[in-house]
Amino acid sequence: MDPRHLQLDDEGRLKHFLTIDGLDRALLTEILDRAEGFLGVARQAVKKVPLCRGKIIANVFFENSTRTRTTFELAAKRLSADVLNVNINTSATSKGETLLDTLRNLEAMHVDMFVVRHADSGAAQFIAEHAAPFVSVINAGDGSYAHPTQGMLDMFTIRRHKGRFEGLTAVIVGDILHSRVARSQIGALRTLGAAEVRVVGPRTLIPADAEEALGVRVFQDLREGLHEADVIILLRLQRERMNGAFLPSEHEFFHLFGLTEQRIDGAKPDAIVMHPGPINRGVEMESGIADGPRSVILEQVSNGLAVRMAVMSMCIGTQNLAMASASRSAQPDQDATADLLAEELERG
Amino acid sequence: MAERRLSLRNGRVLDPASGLDQLMDLHLSDGRIVALGPPPIGFSPEQVIDADGLIVCPGLVDLCARLREPGLEHKGTIASETRAAAAGGVTTLCCPPDTDPVVDTPAVAQLIRRRAKTRGFARVLPVGALTKGLAGQQITEMAALKEAGCPVVGHGDKPIRNTRVQRRALEYAATFELTSFLHPADHDLSEGGLAHEGRVSTQLGLPGIPEAAETVAVARDLALAEQTGARVHFRGLSTGRATEMLAEARERGIAASADVSVHQLFLTEENLYGFDANAHLVPPLRTARDRDVLREAVASGAISAICSDHRPHEPDAKLAPFPQTRPGISALETLLALVLELARDHVMDLGTALARVTCNPAAILNRCTGEIAVGARADLCVFDLNERWRPGPDNWLSRGQNTPFFGREMQGRVRYTLASGRLVYDARNGGCPLPRSGKD
Repeated sequence: MDPRHLQLDDEGRLKHFLTIDGLDRALLTEILDRAEGFLGVARQAVKKVPLCRGKIIANVFFENSTRTRTTFELAAKRLSADVLNVNINTSATSKGETLLDTLRNLEAMHVDMFVVRHADSGAAQFIAEHAAPFVSVINAGDGSYAHPTQGMLDMFTIRRHKGRFEGLTAVIVGDILHSRVARSQIGALRTLGAAEVRVVGPRTLIPADAEEALGVRVFQDLREGLHEADVIILLRLQRERMNGAFLPSEHEFFHLFGLTEQRIDGAKPDAIVMHPGPINRGVEMESGIADGPRSVILEQVSNGLAVRMAVMSMCIGTQNLAMASASRSAQPDQDATADLLAEELERG
Repeated sequence: MAERRLSLRNGRVLDPASGLDQLMDLHLSDGRIVALGPPPIGFSPEQVIDADGLIVCPGLVDLCARLREPGLEHKGTIASETRAAAAGGVTTLCCPPDTDPVVDTPAVAQLIRRRAKTRGFARVLPVGALTKGLAGQQITEMAALKEAGCPVVGHGDKPIRNTRVQRRALEYAATFELTSFLHPADHDLSEGGLAHEGRVSTQLGLPGIPEAAETVAVARDLALAEQTGARVHFRGLSTGRATEMLAEARERGIAASADVSVHQLFLTEENLYGFDANAHLVPPLRTARDRDVLREAVASGAISAICSDHRPHEPDAKLAPFPQTRPGISALETLLALVLELARDHVMDLGTALARVTCNPAAILNRCTGEIAVGARADLCVFDLNERWRPGPDNWLSRGQNTPFFGREMQGRVRYTLASGRLVYDARNGGCPLPRSGKD
């Protein structure tokens, strides 16, 4: 099935969050606006809101990840949901149980939401297609296809710093070929109206027909790619790329594509530097950049929590569906929406 | 076998081999065609089939259909899949050697032929393996395989990685005048790939199989064919570029031929959107341009045959995230309708389209079937050119229901199939009376 139709329910509300593809600007903006409201929750004395009280959220991770799982877990707990962590590496499928068997078992426990991570592209969609009708699925990364909550938290971070997307030039550097993060970022940037999205890397790490397929401009030279950029996103470089003959060495990668104080000069003076983490210092960037004034890397982590709360509550939060659709149709500015949400939170 | 006499009345007899296209009767006796037009003097048929308004053409010859027996009976059996073949008008088919055990000894080849004779509804010709266990290291006893009934040798869709072994295997096969069926895919360039490397694989984040995976293999094998004089047949070309390379090589006199899997003439990489597991194929679906070049090559004859590339699967094989699914389409029952669509779309005329599934593949096998003439084997397909239908679980005979064509409107449907003069499919019964028995 076309994921575009799968992700929304009959009334156009978010049911599953699998990919950025097919979602419109209004819906992405709604996620960002709602996340804005949740940022305040972290600063409250009681860091919890009851939007998903009584719901069960299962983190079903077929691929190891401590960081992403932790933020999803924390986001679910702040929404007052009960959380189940299922690490599949150490359980079922290694005993021959199929993916669907695993899901059926979780459904039998009346889980309301699966947060899934899987090594195969398309896995989240497959799960959403075969899940029971009462279950929502959030993609926490599938293969090289999509990692939409990461994409949206990056958009959230960009909007907080730049205030808008129109006119922005964003540059993504590194292993685009294998990156689900890059695909989701590119999709979100284009939908939200960024002026230009560029990708920079050696030809071995840029996917085929990238310009046509993804709507980006491809650069092989970092300095050219960074020229007048507003947003610089560095991707994590996996060590196994050295074995697959994609790269000769980390050393040469850093020499050509590592972000340094010197190279960042060509970007706009207020350019921000982002990275989905964890950073390889001295490979993707030098330490001075990671810890420097332009780096918003740690902010991304805090923002991740707010964005994941927003998406989870949009998919299964029961109390504020009416508000969600009201804010979409009326299109109030973001502060107003944030206020509205804050009020709602206080009442709840 | 007792002499069986049968007449087909008033059909439009269309024989691509001779160019015959005429309303006439056909008379069959003892598995052979004994007369076209008026019956022989004193001929009294035991059965008369009214073919008024129908086309009578040679039974289809399919160079690649997997029956899954022995070893993979949960996907299909010789009985179930030859029944599907008969329903698709296919009377002769080659099954690749990648069964379990592999067709690398005469015993396995004989087992398949024996079971097909006793339980089957179509003539089954096993393709002998070029190397033992399809491991690409040690060549098989090809003389014995030929003796046991393998008309050709091949390697399934596992390429032989070692070029020296490939050369020796081709040379050894040529010693016995065996044509080698080759799936052109460079092992290293295609390993791990799931989709054509291009726009769609980039969007879906699926590992790509570049065009060069096919062109590199075709270049290698054409060079080996030229060096050794061996006859090679490329099974299932998927790229326009490889098709052009083949045409150039043939002009230079290299003994090479090729076929295409029918779905490559209809589907493209775009069918992968939504991660449709039924579009997971080997070789992968390529671009619209590739499809168009393949269509032109089939029309011109540069690609001389169209195959079903039938691969039935159990439901679980397709019920997983795309990368975990097994490749292939259950395709015997839609082969004829899709071939007819090529004629209706004016890609080629009807006679040419039918030649690509009858006399042309028969010639590649060096078999006397695929034609309508006095004395020829009575392998016939009788179909309604205009009947509209939609394939679906209700009208499907193959055990594998893995096809992207379910629900698509087709035009042209088999009414009767006769193999060696025996009615093996009769649409009125939704199937067939009894399995064939006795001599081939």
